[in-house]
Amino acid sequence: MPATLLDRLWALHRIGPAGGGQDLIHIDRILLHDLSGARALTEVAEKGYAIPNPGLAFATPDHAVSSAPGRTAETFAKGAGGVKALREGAARHGIRLFDLGEDGQGIVHVMGPELGIVLPGLCVICGDSHTCTNGGLGALAFGVGSSELAHALATQTLRIAKPRSMRIRFEGAFPAGTTAKDAVLAAIGRLGAGAGAGYAVEWAGSAVRALPVEARLTLCNLTIELGARIGFVAPDERVFEWVAGRDLAPKGEMWERAVAHWRTLRSDDDAVFDAEQVIDAGTVAPQVTWGTSPEHVIPVDATIPDPKDAPDATRRRAWEEALAYQGLEPGRPIAGTPIDWVFIGSCTNARLSDLREAAALLRGRRVAAGVTAWVVPGSVRVKREAEAEGLDRVFTEAGFAWREPGCSLCVAANGEAVPPGARCVSTSNRNFVGRQGRGARTHLASPAMAAAAAVAGRIVDVRSFAP
Amino acid sequence: MTPFTTVTGPAAPLLRPNIDTDVIIRVERLVGTTRAEMGAHAFEVWRRRADGSEDPEFVLNREPFRRAPILLAGPNFGCGSSREGAVWALAGAGIRAVIAPSFSDIFAANALQNGLLPVVLPEATVRRLAAAVERAPSEALVTVDLERCVVVGPEGDVHRFEIDTARREALLAGLDDIGLTLREAGAIAAWQERDRAARPWVWLA
Repeated sequence: MPATLLDRLWALHRIGPAGGGQDLIHIDRILLHDLSGARALTEVAEKGYAIPNPGLAFATPDHAVSSAPGRTAETFAKGAGGVKALREGAARHGIRLFDLGEDGQGIVHVMGPELGIVLPGLCVICGDSHTCTNGGLGALAFGVGSSELAHALATQTLRIAKPRSMRIRFEGAFPAGTTAKDAVLAAIGRLGAGAGAGYAVEWAGSAVRALPVEARLTLCNLTIELGARIGFVAPDERVFEWVAGRDLAPKGEMWERAVAHWRTLRSDDDAVFDAEQVIDAGTVAPQVTWGTSPEHVIPVDATIPDPKDAPDATRRRAWEEALAYQGLEPGRPIAGTPIDWVFIGSCTNARLSDLREAAALLRGRRVAAGVTAWVVPGSVRVKREAEAEGLDRVFTEAGFAWREPGCSLCVAANGEAVPPGARCVSTSNRNFVGRQGRGARTHLASPAMAAAAAVAGRIVDVRSFAP
Repeated sequence: MTPFTTVTGPAAPLLRPNIDTDVIIRVERLVGTTRAEMGAHAFEVWRRRADGSEDPEFVLNREPFRRAPILLAGPNFGCGSSREGAVWALAGAGIRAVIAPSFSDIFAANALQNGLLPVVLPEATVRRLAAAVERAPSEALVTVDLERCVVVGPEGDVHRFEIDTARREALLAGLDDIGLTLREAGAIAAWQERDRAARPWVWLA
């Protein structure tokens, strides 16, 4: 019988039935950060459970640590307890920790792939909804709460029902100026923020196949904003080349065995999905969000929607509330909206390729007067490699602040926040009410769109900046 | 885990779509706040105005919904962050069940870990329940009965819901998943031994 990639990945990790439609599945990698990871380690200790496979777990602080230059765990005092609990829990159980200031530290979904902790075909969990990012390498990766994380630490398994399968194909080619970020935002806009609930999404089609690996990580990162806990791209030669030689990737003869196995990880041509969507890649323009859900998104050259055009009464009210929160008027072009802040960072868009994309636009240009602009590299390695290429100077000469790796202004759990009422173009993943700080107004966009907005001092079509 | 059998009380109508977990509990409350304290901060961005005072318009600040054990919500409830604090905040605020047309997968899993029941009913049914509650809020009680798998509306209307049998039994008994899974330790060890041979590169230590 023809199988989907989900069928293959599921069968690979299924230990047996767990009753009531659930399966007991094996977890190959557990990633721990300073909020949920620290809590799960504490819970395991309090309940007196052992951790049987500490070699399959990895920890790094990212959420509640300051990104200020020269920061320590104490720079943001309220976050210090989580870092301390993470350090102590990791040390007690023999879990490898990539601590602040060390090579390898970074946003958990940036450092995991980068170090070869995450590999194609692995089942990876983390107490973080954006764990789906790791599906860009062809891993079965998903976010869990801290109770499920504690369960996985104590048993190396989870009880979970197999999701239904959805394939979303981008066919054709993305136009110039359109990135993976724009592609996934456009999909969320068309299908809705709840469309993926209960599904695992395979991103496919000729335009996805053509994406570089880091762009696939971005694509998969926002799968959770479509409502799906799991998103992945079938691994291919491009992925194997990207993974080869990374610190914890297999080497030598073991590498050959692993690649031979990874080549089997694909959906059969005649596989049947529970749901399928096809999007013409050529129709995807640079996107920007206008409201307070990632589904509130439009092409940058479009006008702000009018609630009277909403599909139903509930959504009409949601649109009205979103426009009021964002301080926007329906029917006006979104381009030209003045901005106060720009944030380039997060597990969506803080990899080296993202920094290159933004820097390419900033070279020889200046951030507009009155705009505060931050760039927060995704990891110590991204920061170091960017500095080796001189990208840090491009950013600082343009007027950006160059900071230490962490989640920073994506999650605002670290003493860093966009001030109330201020408008921020952000490369992060969520434009929720208060996400970037109490009263902060967020517009999600690609790194190039964010850089362009910083220079223009307003939301602007990046295509008008083409060299 | 607190067992869940039957809950009867006011059901607070909050029919917005896409209610995210950032709004249910602000991220600051996950840093340096104990689990027991989170109930006081549930929905604070809606519950409180900028000066910290209560917004009398918000449904959970109105009688009889102030301590409602049931929430009626729009589709995709609990989307966004995986934070289990969202469930702890709802539970701490006295919510035992949320009735919505759909839930985020992670939120639903977290809820079940903590004895909070996510009940899926069609959007039209949720709207009908909300309308009945709004018509006569003081005497309009809703019952969520997990033993019979039904929701009984204020007008005596009965709505069946689905939940898988293992989940239902665990909730009724208040069972802890870890203890249950550790009974399978032998099967897990055997699986791992086979996997070490089949996929040795997975096993770093």
